[in-house]
Amino acid sequence: MELHQLTIHELSEKLRSKETSSEEITASTFGRIDAVEKDVHAYITLMKETAFAEAKRADEAIKKGECGVLTGIPIALKDIVCTKGTLTTCGSRMLSNFIPPYDAAVIEKLRAAGAVFTGKTNMDEFAMGSSTETSFYGTSRNPWDLERIPGGSSGGSAAAVAADECIASIGSDTGGSIRQPAALCGVVGLKPTYGRVSRFGLIAFASSLDQIGPFTKDVEDAAIMMNVLAGYDNRDSTSSIEEVPDYRQFIGKGIEGWAVGIPREFFVGGLDPEVEKAVRQAVKTVEEAGARCVEVSLPHTEYSLAVYYIVAPAEASSNLARYDGVKYGFRAPESRDLLDMYKKTRSAGFGTEVKRRIMLGTYALSSGYYDAYYKKASQVRSLIKRDFDEAFTMCDAIITPTTPTPAFRIGEKTGDPMQMYLSDLFTISTNMAGIPGISVPCGYSASGLPIGVQFLAAHFQEGRLLQIASAYEKQANIEKRRPNL
Amino acid sequence: MKISREQVAWVAHLARLEFKEDETKKFTAQMNDILSYMDKLSLVDTNGVEPLANATLRKNAFRADDVRDSLSPDASLANAPEARGGFFQVPKVIE
Repeated sequence: MELHQLTIHELSEKLRSKETSSEEITASTFGRIDAVEKDVHAYITLMKETAFAEAKRADEAIKKGECGVLTGIPIALKDIVCTKGTLTTCGSRMLSNFIPPYDAAVIEKLRAAGAVFTGKTNMDEFAMGSSTETSFYGTSRNPWDLERIPGGSSGGSAAAVAADECIASIGSDTGGSIRQPAALCGVVGLKPTYGRVSRFGLIAFASSLDQIGPFTKDVEDAAIMMNVLAGYDNRDSTSSIEEVPDYRQFIGKGIEGWAVGIPREFFVGGLDPEVEKAVRQAVKTVEEAGARCVEVSLPHTEYSLAVYYIVAPAEASSNLARYDGVKYGFRAPESRDLLDMYKKTRSAGFGTEVKRRIMLGTYALSSGYYDAYYKKASQVRSLIKRDFDEAFTMCDAIITPTTPTPAFRIGEKTGDPMQMYLSDLFTISTNMAGIPGISVPCGYSASGLPIGVQFLAAHFQEGRLLQIASAYEKQANIEKRRPNL
Repeated sequence: MKISREQVAWVAHLARLEFKEDETKKFTAQMNDILSYMDKLSLVDTNGVEPLANATLRKNAFRADDVRDSLSPDASLANAPEARGGFFQVPKVIE
């Protein structure tokens, strides 16, 4: 095994025992990037120079015995989190020249933990998409099949982990943007409870749904990342004061006697037979690990997509009003007056999907339509959350497929927005309710594409989530394959 | 038809966007498709259901009204497309 193929906990051991150095790990990772990045296109911006400086600092800290578990570990960052002094585009032409003057809260935390930043990863423009195809900077490719999409919106972050172009990465999840690409790229992806990780410095898409979380090579690494990322921040008014446990204590604990809910609404038409088979097998595995599976009902699941495509565009239309060509970012040249400058800037700076969502959101919030769309959607959102609250009185966790199908082909769904939206069918209701979810690899299709199983838990039960995910991972012992790049 | 081409043009103006004729046509068709899909929400009885605006369990979040460091004028203007004399510069606002 080469260094870039290892997990955080494996590398951390080697660093502690002085078997290797952060400089060696960083060199191995950038060697891998040099070899495969032209095929995968996981990154928008590489941070090679600063990465080696950070690696050197990490090695000095380790020498002095001042190291944490993330010290010296190469981490990739979705290009939606602000990095002081490093270009942050959000996948958009609108921010093609934006150099943030400050760090996002998660960047401060990762820096303090001694992480090495490899670069900023590709994503759908302003996180609006399920494939990275709406990125202004081109489409990332699925490392398992370069003709296919890696999922989205955090597709670059998922592909970078799957292709060993980093050890772990940061993503954000508004309707499935961590879990869906994690499933399609065969890695672990965790969306925390809304409010668990500070959104300060996360470029806003839909503020009541957005949440930052990690992509990792195994479940233990997800716990390690959560130990660094989680916690209260008074710069994010929705940040939670709920105490943060040591997430690593839940790894390897076992799930004997647990009740695990199977929501009948998730095993319906449209579910790919190979995905269904793999997830049914995962249910059996969870039972073998000592849990009891019970059927639960989430009756409003079928409305979650409609609710999402009202609530998210409405919030986006408001959040994206700030891109007006005045304070930062792109400005269109040669305008007659201020209004003309706004319109030319926004029309040239945003891509089609972003404009479509701004239009939908503006319409849903406009005078005379607010009650019919936004208010109605927010009421149904209440019912979706209530469904989960009731289900969790009967079970400790819920198991579902992460996506309806394995990775689809590049270009397959770009012509039909509704088809693209349907690929988030199983992840969206989680964001509506604000609960945490994790996608874990559960097998491969006949053609060798990864499939993911999703576990959900009640608010702030990331510990339980990691407990069942790690118990499943251990019991299933899925054959460890690597993409052939 | 949920939304007409004229309404799409009006919403575009509200959103400070402009579209060519063929784009407006395409957007009108796509928005009609998407809004028709939203119709299924009318099947849900939401009488007396409180809207959920936010999944956070907190009611309100106050912090102490302390003076904190903020960005310097230079840092604030560093990303400006155009700046002059310590201000953001924009095209003329009035005729």
